[in-house]
Amino acid sequence: MTAKNKQLLLCALILLAGIVAPFLFPNYTFQIAVLWVMILFALTWDIMGGQMGYNSLGNIFFFGAGMYICAVIQIGLFYNVGDYTSAYGAVKVDFTPGQYYLGLVLGILASAVVSALFAVIFGWIVFGLRGPYFAIGTLGVAIAAGELVGAWDWLGGGSGISMPTYPGEPDDRALLFYFLCFGSAVATFAFLRVLYATRFKLAINAIRDDEAKAEAMGIHTLRFKIVAWSIAAFFLGISGAIYGNMSGFIEPLEVAFPTVTFGIFMVLMALLGGKGTLWGPVLGATLFHVIKEVTWTHLLGWQWVALGLLIIINVVYFQQGLLGWAQEKWPEAFGIRVDEPESADDNAARRAAE
Amino acid sequence: MSDLIEVTGVSKAFGGVQANRDVSLKVEAGKITGLIGPNGSGKTTLFNSIVGYHPIDNGSIRFEGQEISRLRVPQIARLGLLRTFQQTRIYSKMDCVQNMLISLPHRQAGWGSMFTPFEPELMDKAEHLLEFVGLYAKRRLISGDLSFGQQKLLEFAMALMNEPKVLLLDEPTAGINPTLINGLIDRLKRANEEFGITLFVIEHNMRVIMNLAENIYCLAHGELLAEGHPAEIQNDQRVIDAYLGAH
Repeated sequence: MTAKNKQLLLCALILLAGIVAPFLFPNYTFQIAVLWVMILFALTWDIMGGQMGYNSLGNIFFFGAGMYICAVIQIGLFYNVGDYTSAYGAVKVDFTPGQYYLGLVLGILASAVVSALFAVIFGWIVFGLRGPYFAIGTLGVAIAAGELVGAWDWLGGGSGISMPTYPGEPDDRALLFYFLCFGSAVATFAFLRVLYATRFKLAINAIRDDEAKAEAMGIHTLRFKIVAWSIAAFFLGISGAIYGNMSGFIEPLEVAFPTVTFGIFMVLMALLGGKGTLWGPVLGATLFHVIKEVTWTHLLGWQWVALGLLIIINVVYFQQGLLGWAQEKWPEAFGIRVDEPESADDNAARRAAE
Repeated sequence: MSDLIEVTGVSKAFGGVQANRDVSLKVEAGKITGLIGPNGSGKTTLFNSIVGYHPIDNGSIRFEGQEISRLRVPQIARLGLLRTFQQTRIYSKMDCVQNMLISLPHRQAGWGSMFTPFEPELMDKAEHLLEFVGLYAKRRLISGDLSFGQQKLLEFAMALMNEPKVLLLDEPTAGINPTLINGLIDRLKRANEEFGITLFVIEHNMRVIMNLAENIYCLAHGELLAEGHPAEIQNDQRVIDAYLGAH
């Protein structure tokens, strides 16, 4: 079996597992849905942090932005947002199924597009920063956004927004949002897989390795950086919109812009699996989420200590992450080898024949 | 013959240090021009000024008749004026083929071309150029693991991949062992003759530059000291004094 077929088989197995999981383990539907959100987090963080070498600590901003944009669309299409939020969910506002689904679909689309636009706007500003300054600058964006929304009464301020209620059975609701989470993660992975086969990947890798050299070679560096961040923001916006509806209640600090939990988790998951690879973030997110949930259940009170230990082991012994470590150990399996010196002409002829 | 690069009265100071003072020189199309001078005489500063790495204080720099002294580095590179670095710079975590592929010319790169895959012709070209510099067998190795000399060859191949009109080489033979140097001189000459790339070379190794260049400029203390054919430069008393420290 060729390496390509093996990967296809693996993808098919994961897809199948994703589809049957909520039916096999109905009690864990929410947890598995969050796992797909985590995979999306790690994948989108890695576009910038892993492939492009820009460690953003503020990517969670787009998640929260997507969440609030979706809420505003869902409510604003049919009611006055200010009136709705000032009632703090005390007044039960009903949405017909038609209104609910229309709002949800338009809301998710708007979150994706507007989040990507935010990335373009903030990109012009923060891409002047390099290295640790970029990390701190982006963190500032996320924290400021949380504080701003918290002080914005029209958006419910610190008291948050109760999302429109799902017009149906709770079990159907769980399945709907499970498959939205699953679908968005799979779409992100598929998109990145195609994207990483194009010039885009090598260009952002070049920016990672030596940005001054990339400029000296004529690469449109700012263009690539802004597009890279917009792609991450696009998918994070979608996931924020879905997550907000799935949890049913959103507020700025803990749910929408949780810089110290989700915001850091996305970095850790990519580092754990191996940054700068396509499968690393998937592997890292899965391991991280499973370990996190198991320690939350069986080591209550010590869960943060366990997570901290995991981070220390990761940073001290596996700085390249699991996949990076494997690549150092078995470089030949990753295609890093000296080739028998046949000539370039032969290779060109073989390619032409294919 | 037309002049591809025309530097007129360029001055550049860093605080109190006058790195270049009123330097004027010309790089003829299709030829190999040399730039020599003792350490600290302002050669690399002049290179940096030409490729737009920093703004100049006075003077004008023209490329194919177009004023470029106010353009930025990537814009100048896309015009076809490329430089290699004294401290070799490659994309160290990518393999050699990837280094080559992303060095393709970005002259007409629009937004759409960001997402195009690499055509087989580009792959062929990358591999042929790697063969040209003798790195074909190592094409799948991570470039940061190559020896310093091999990295220099890779950087040279990357520059050729970019199809520049002029290539500014900052000490191409520094740190390379004497046997490899002969091969490199040969390749530089072939790049000039076969690919039609004009070369402008900073070099400390006199044997190399006298063999290579058709016209040589000598800088000392930031000022242009002499200009001429290799034989003229070798016999110029001012150049000899500058190198022996009479200044």
